[in-house]
Amino acid sequence: MSSGANRYTTDEMMTVAAARELRDGVLCFVGIGLPSEAANLARATHAPNCNLVYESGTIGAKPEVLPHSIGDGELAEHADSVVPIPEIFSYWLQTGRIDVGFLGAAQIDRFANINTTVIGDYGSPKVRLPGAGGAPEIAASAKEVILMLRHSRRAFVEELAFVTSVGYLDGSDARSKLRYLGAGPTVVITDLGILRPDPQTKELTLTQLHPGATAEEAREATGWELRVADEVGETDPPDEKELHTLRELREKTEAANKETQVLRELHARIGAARKR
Amino acid sequence: MDGIVSLREAVAELVHDGDSVALEGFTHLIPSAAAHEIVRQELKDLTLIRMTPDLIYDQMIGMGCARGLVFSWGGNPGVGSLHRFRDAVENGWPHPLEIEEHSHAGMANRYVAGASNLPFAVLRGYVGTDLPKVTDTIAPVTCPFTREEFMAVPALHPDVGIIHAQQADRSGNVALWGITGIQKEVVLSARRSIVTVEELVEEFEPRPHQVVLPSVAVGAIAVVPGGAHPSYAHGYYPRDNAFYEAWDPIGRDRDAFRGWMERHVLGTEDFAEYIESLVQEGVGRR
Repeated sequence: MSSGANRYTTDEMMTVAAARELRDGVLCFVGIGLPSEAANLARATHAPNCNLVYESGTIGAKPEVLPHSIGDGELAEHADSVVPIPEIFSYWLQTGRIDVGFLGAAQIDRFANINTTVIGDYGSPKVRLPGAGGAPEIAASAKEVILMLRHSRRAFVEELAFVTSVGYLDGSDARSKLRYLGAGPTVVITDLGILRPDPQTKELTLTQLHPGATAEEAREATGWELRVADEVGETDPPDEKELHTLRELREKTEAANKETQVLRELHARIGAARKR
Repeated sequence: MDGIVSLREAVAELVHDGDSVALEGFTHLIPSAAAHEIVRQELKDLTLIRMTPDLIYDQMIGMGCARGLVFSWGGNPGVGSLHRFRDAVENGWPHPLEIEEHSHAGMANRYVAGASNLPFAVLRGYVGTDLPKVTDTIAPVTCPFTREEFMAVPALHPDVGIIHAQQADRSGNVALWGITGIQKEVVLSARRSIVTVEELVEEFEPRPHQVVLPSVAVGAIAVVPGGAHPSYAHGYYPRDNAFYEAWDPIGRDRDAFRGWMERHVLGTEDFAEYIESLVQEGVGRR
């Protein structure tokens, strides 16, 4: 992407930009995949005291490698507490204790509503997506929501086939009528730049571009006529520490995955148990 | 049926065609061995209940065990789609699947209501989403005290609740720790229950976040070491991420899937033989 010593990919730029949005010390409910990587990068760089909560019930999770799933043993191992599922949703999320919900999405619209359910007709879908998971209540009750997803016309669509989780519905004060505790998505980070809702209309507006990306590219990759701020800022490229930490995190994760030969160890364990 | 039995006996005795069956375990302690035994015994027309269908329901759906699915997130975690689940919903293969979908919070609340013997649970959520439009079991309810409106979801009372846990003792108490998910609520909300465990012990040791299900709450117990694979059992073995990845191409193709299930599940007597057959074939090796 960029020239010089700090070469990096657009995905790395996206993850770094998303990590920077997470303030130190916040209680953050983390979605799996891209958000989890960004949240753990934040924890390893500028936000050592952000408290990561995963929907499997781990509070204050401190994974040393990136979790593959939302409930890896790694998350429970060093957590401040591990609570049952009903508690994590009722006592923690529903009460408004969570500062930031950090989510990915298959599709969003101009008002940051999210679809992770179907593409096409619900009754006979073209593509059946995984569904809601924890997202609807995270989007409802976290004080604010950070969204991150790659910028493309397939993901940024004029009209969602299904609203799985609520952003700003059809804009302006529509969300506040739902009486949710959370304010809704405050930022959307993509591999091209950063979008924020307009303070009045709540329509997502391109406010920042990553180095090398253009507003034209962002418009091209958006399925509606994208609003662009009068003054578009430029994201600082990843610094050496951010890039190094992110790559190290990925390498450690990859290495840990390679090391384990679960089946063979299990096989030996079962053999030993039978002999007893 | 109470006490310690073989998994084959437990499933034969307690699970019947047409039952609603909840096999739970949130990423951790997924009762894979029990799912395979249900496939081996060729049970039919089941309504499968589970927050995250995962590979076990992909397999049960693909093998034609399911008539319906009650769930909240149906993906292969960290990998992508559950292809058998998608094929059933998108193409009706091997036959159509009735789905009833919720959010995780909705499902969790439904189990809690079931375990509490209440007709429904109340939560803040769903409002403004399209889920109430497609799911009959989400409806508004007014608070009798404040007149505020919330969403209600009905209690779950599975005919059979099935979980995996780390340990049982000889009196039939069950101990699990690590991520304990929704395990307790499933057992307490179900009419009958089966618990598979890693091992039998004389006495439980105290452990952080441990849940102990007293024997009075538990139906049949079967000892099945490794019975949660490719999920994990905290303190026993880690999650087999390589297997989750290996499942993608197997589950993607109808014939590959069917052949795999015939070789490794229908063609084996029990879970130990199943693991043996996977090792022989070098499945999931990087």
